[in-house]
Amino acid sequence: MTDTARAPRAPRRVGWGQRASRWDIKLSPYLYISPFFLLFAVFGAVPLVFNVVVAMHDWHRRAGMGDFVGLDNFAWVLRQPAFWQALENTFSIFLWGGIPQLILALAIAAVLDQNLRARTFWRMSVLVPFVVMPVATSMIFGQVFGQFGLLVPNLHAMGILTEFSSPFFQDRLLSHIAIGSMIVFRWTGYNSLLLLAAMQAVPRDLYEAATVDGAGRLRQFFSVTIPGIRPTLIFVILTMTIGGLEVFDEARMFDGGGTGGGSGGSDDQWTTVSLFLFNLGFGDWQDRLGQAAAVGWLLALIIVAFSLLNFLLTRSIASSGTRAPRPARSARRTPTRTGTRTRTRTRTEGAKR
Amino acid sequence: MSTAFIENTAGRGAARYARKRAGQGRPVAGPSARRPGWVTYVLLSVVFVASVFPLYAAAMYGSSTTTEIARSVGTLPTWLPTLRLFENFGAVFSASQFNFWAALANSLLVAVSVSASTVFFSTLAGFSFSKLTFRGRQALYVTVIATMAIPSQVGTIPMFVMMNEFGWIDSLLALAVPGLVGAFGVFWMTQYLQEALPFELVEAARIDGASMFRTFWSIALPAARPAAATLALFTFIGSWNSFFWPSVVMRSQLTMPLVVPQLKGAFTSDTGLVMSGVFLVAAPLLIVFVFAGRQLVAGVMAGAVKG
Repeated sequence: MTDTARAPRAPRRVGWGQRASRWDIKLSPYLYISPFFLLFAVFGAVPLVFNVVVAMHDWHRRAGMGDFVGLDNFAWVLRQPAFWQALENTFSIFLWGGIPQLILALAIAAVLDQNLRARTFWRMSVLVPFVVMPVATSMIFGQVFGQFGLLVPNLHAMGILTEFSSPFFQDRLLSHIAIGSMIVFRWTGYNSLLLLAAMQAVPRDLYEAATVDGAGRLRQFFSVTIPGIRPTLIFVILTMTIGGLEVFDEARMFDGGGTGGGSGGSDDQWTTVSLFLFNLGFGDWQDRLGQAAAVGWLLALIIVAFSLLNFLLTRSIASSGTRAPRPARSARRTPTRTGTRTRTRTRTEGAKR
Repeated sequence: MSTAFIENTAGRGAARYARKRAGQGRPVAGPSARRPGWVTYVLLSVVFVASVFPLYAAAMYGSSTTTEIARSVGTLPTWLPTLRLFENFGAVFSASQFNFWAALANSLLVAVSVSASTVFFSTLAGFSFSKLTFRGRQALYVTVIATMAIPSQVGTIPMFVMMNEFGWIDSLLALAVPGLVGAFGVFWMTQYLQEALPFELVEAARIDGASMFRTFWSIALPAARPAAATLALFTFIGSWNSFFWPSVVMRSQLTMPLVVPQLKGAFTSDTGLVMSGVFLVAAPLLIVFVFAGRQLVAGVMAGAVKG
């Protein structure tokens, strides 16, 4: 497509003007992309390399670089029970926030994917949580889950809870559910709109064909909609993984009136890896930048490995479904693929509607 | 052919007509064109209530005194906002522990400069990647996309050390400068311009003797407006809500999210005050949402990724 070589290069002026114009053509493309690369070099690439240096030294906020310690910082981190607990917490919160989110987002997208009245209003309403500051969400949910909030006294009245104090700030699993619910709140609507956009690109004749074949609404959803939105589904799961493993805001501000002091609970019940990193580097009585840098590396490795695993897993599950030997499915496969291709077009048009 | 392309070549009216035409052949939405029954609207109403409830709850707590909150165990202290909310706002504005207005100004300054710069440099790079030919273009573009996969936590500690060296700790520069342009913006604008900006327009400008920058300024930038607005919106929201990096580099200077822990420290025992403050820091984006929500929805549905 790109063919500016054909573009005539203004031969009107001679001498300096012409030379300047030639330089303009040659250099401008690089000049225009250079701000990104400059900024990335300074604040992306350099920290990436520099992190290795910090992670291999004794390093403090004020004193700066100390002795070279090699891999000792990594060994130190891996010896900390708190690190392993933070890792467990992170995965647990990720699952409690991720699985309900995915199911809900699919359901909401399916509900939105109808010929609704006041379509824009309903779409906007699911996106409200996306603009609510996560720190604020955490404070509000903390109040709701707290001792005098909306939940605990009622559960107590129903006899489900026996103690007055809120278990959501004591029990590890319950705190993960509470934090997971904030993540569900924040991202469900956003993901449902992504899935809705994909659903709308599934060719409508497929549904007509399925109806003729006698498939009910539910069967249509699983056999037409889900295969049709596969690429978007994989994308949603991938971004969810990356975001879920980086959770910080919600965990940091989740606190039932002073039990945790914003550091992840009295026994680190809901300390995530990001919060662990933050506390190591900048928490009270801690000043271990070297060790924190090591945690940064470990977290990055975990995220990359887990995203890769997740990607391969979702892809193989999704494609093994399509590769099933039943002839009806393989017949359906071709139109589904076309649906994926047209998606790009409809998506950009979506921006204009 | 996209309607954006039509808009840039044949004008707005033609684009509107094309959109209408495109909409005619197929049912507007849903597996069937039939209007759904009331169950659908009940479900959607539940989702709506769940979406707005937390902020509503914050406003209701913010409308109440400590005793009212203590008495209303298991329910909201009030179901309608009261004047007390504004009294509490006043207390937040005049708190001695932090300066709310300074934090608001800081947040605005950072968010506006980051979004403006992101939009400008992303469009510039997008124009170059999508419409200009140069050696190594493909490889460089792949590099841009690849950088998006780097998890941000790896950089936290070294970035802090660097900011320390620059003397940018507790300075707004530490918040703004690293975010002046990002890989996602470049990707977003490249994808958009590829489709929306016809080569013919670029060539015509060049034949007329316009310099590269003039071509960008008068042809590419206007054509990129819809995508640029969406990008600005997402960047603004991301910057406004960001908490992790600011809590690493900021000390006495605050931004809106950093006010929240301060509220906790300042008014520990007064839940109503804390919640009114929480509502205040979240409210500005709600106002943005009222005006630009429609566009935000379109942006997400066009495949915008987390900012």
